[in-house]
Amino acid sequence: MCLGYPGKIIDIKDHFAKVDFGDGVVRDNIIIALVDAKVGDYVIVHAGYAIQVMDEKEAMETIKLWKEYLEFVDKEVK
Amino acid sequence: MSEIDIKDILRLYRDPKIARRLAFKIRDIAKDLEDVLIMHVCGTHEWTITHYGIRSLLPDNVELRAGPGCPVCITPASDIDNIIKLGMEGVVVTVYGDMSRAKGGKGMSLEEARSRGADIRIVYGIQDAFMMAQRDPNHKYVFFGVGFDTTAPATAYMVKKGVPDNLSILSSYRYVPPAVGALMMAPDLAVDGIINPGHSSTVTGMKPYKEYFDRNKKPMVFAGFEPIDVLLAIYMILKQIETKEYKMENEYTRSVTWDGNVKAMETLLEVFLLSEGYWRGFGVVDKSGFVFRNTHKYVDARYIYGLSEPRDKEDFVAGARCADVIKGKIDPVECPLYMKECTPNYPRGPPMVSIEGTCKIWADHKVTGIIKCRF
Ligand code: SF4
Repeated sequence: MCLGYPGKIIDIKDHFAKVDFGDGVVRDNIIIALVDAKVGDYVIVHAGYAIQVMDEKEAMETIKLWKEYLEFVDKEVK
Repeated sequence: MSEIDIKDILRLYRDPKIARRLAFKIRDIAKDLEDVLIMHVCGTHEWTITHYGIRSLLPDNVELRAGPGCPVCITPASDIDNIIKLGMEGVVVTVYGDMSRAKGGKGMSLEEARSRGADIRIVYGIQDAFMMAQRDPNHKYVFFGVGFDTTAPATAYMVKKGVPDNLSILSSYRYVPPAVGALMMAPDLAVDGIINPGHSSTVTGMKPYKEYFDRNKKPMVFAGFEPIDVLLAIYMILKQIETKEYKMENEYTRSVTWDGNVKAMETLLEVFLLSEGYWRGFGVVDKSGFVFRNTHKYVDARYIYGLSEPRDKEDFVAGARCADVIKGKIDPVECPLYMKECTPNYPRGPPMVSIEGTCKIWADHKVTGIIKCRF
């Protein structure tokens, strides 16, 4: 649950954002109210809420590590 | 931004040449130093360190050890018992996946409670619990609030916004900075330097660590999660030891700031106050437990159902050294149960349950000891 994963905001409704985490994973109930973010921004999401806005360059850097992490964890869980 | 830039950056962050150069620099500095124990307090750091074999790159006199950074591991067994009790009494329990597998003081996990008839639902965050409770007003729901300053603000925010009347929250949330302070002071650990958790510190900022740093000056580096981030943090710590110039340094500038996420922290402290917090395996840490303020008792499951406060004595399985692993006194391989009676398929303690637990991370990577690279 402590995993922080970056994603891209594709829509904001009220206090929730629709966030694209890549590879077809999209969540539409990410709490966005604790950061100043707009559609198109990258955010680090932790346990269902955005803890930080990143610029695209920073987001791309981290995305790959997390993909590796998750693929690994998934493999181990199976 | 073009694809080429992204690849270039990634190449930079994982560049074996940079890693190698850093490893050489680390060896070089360490030659003139006595034994150094560096600790970190984050399951994600442990994953990076183990996955990329960072310990193998370090010289013999530099040890890197995981402290209490796994939320599932430090959640009091008595609170697991409390939430199971609610589940067995017919309250629908909403909980994070790996938390549902950790056993409480009575040897039962939420998963086992489910097989005995309790309604246990795995959620991604508190908003899922919110939706479920809203759609089903005739049942009582409880959300098991575990984790650190990274997870607690979402709950504080939803509480502030207003949760359905039939939803309450059992808060076992813990605040990381005082625990790092306690770790730095622990006489049985003799820590020489600390790597601070990147995401927790993104929320809290570096500022709350200052009082602990001032109390006990030791190298403290806030670090990110790429292998190069961790190597760089180790290098920075050794450099501080070498020059005897101790400071709070920020390696993870792309995320951590001095003030942190002010909005998140303000929201958090509006709903919770900081009181004594018991960390399973680690002990009681002053000002580290997020407790609902009187103004928000109406969502506090502890208050509503009259649940006991977390005990400060926890039972682990006989012969298990979970407490020592959680505290960071030993590595998993030093536990006699590791990979014998205790495996990811048959975990005997919380560090083998959670994907952020040191034992589970080591077991998943088939680590049976540290073999040093000679280069
Ligand atoms: S190997 Fe199992 S029993 Fe031993 S410390 Fe780890 S989780 Fe506890």
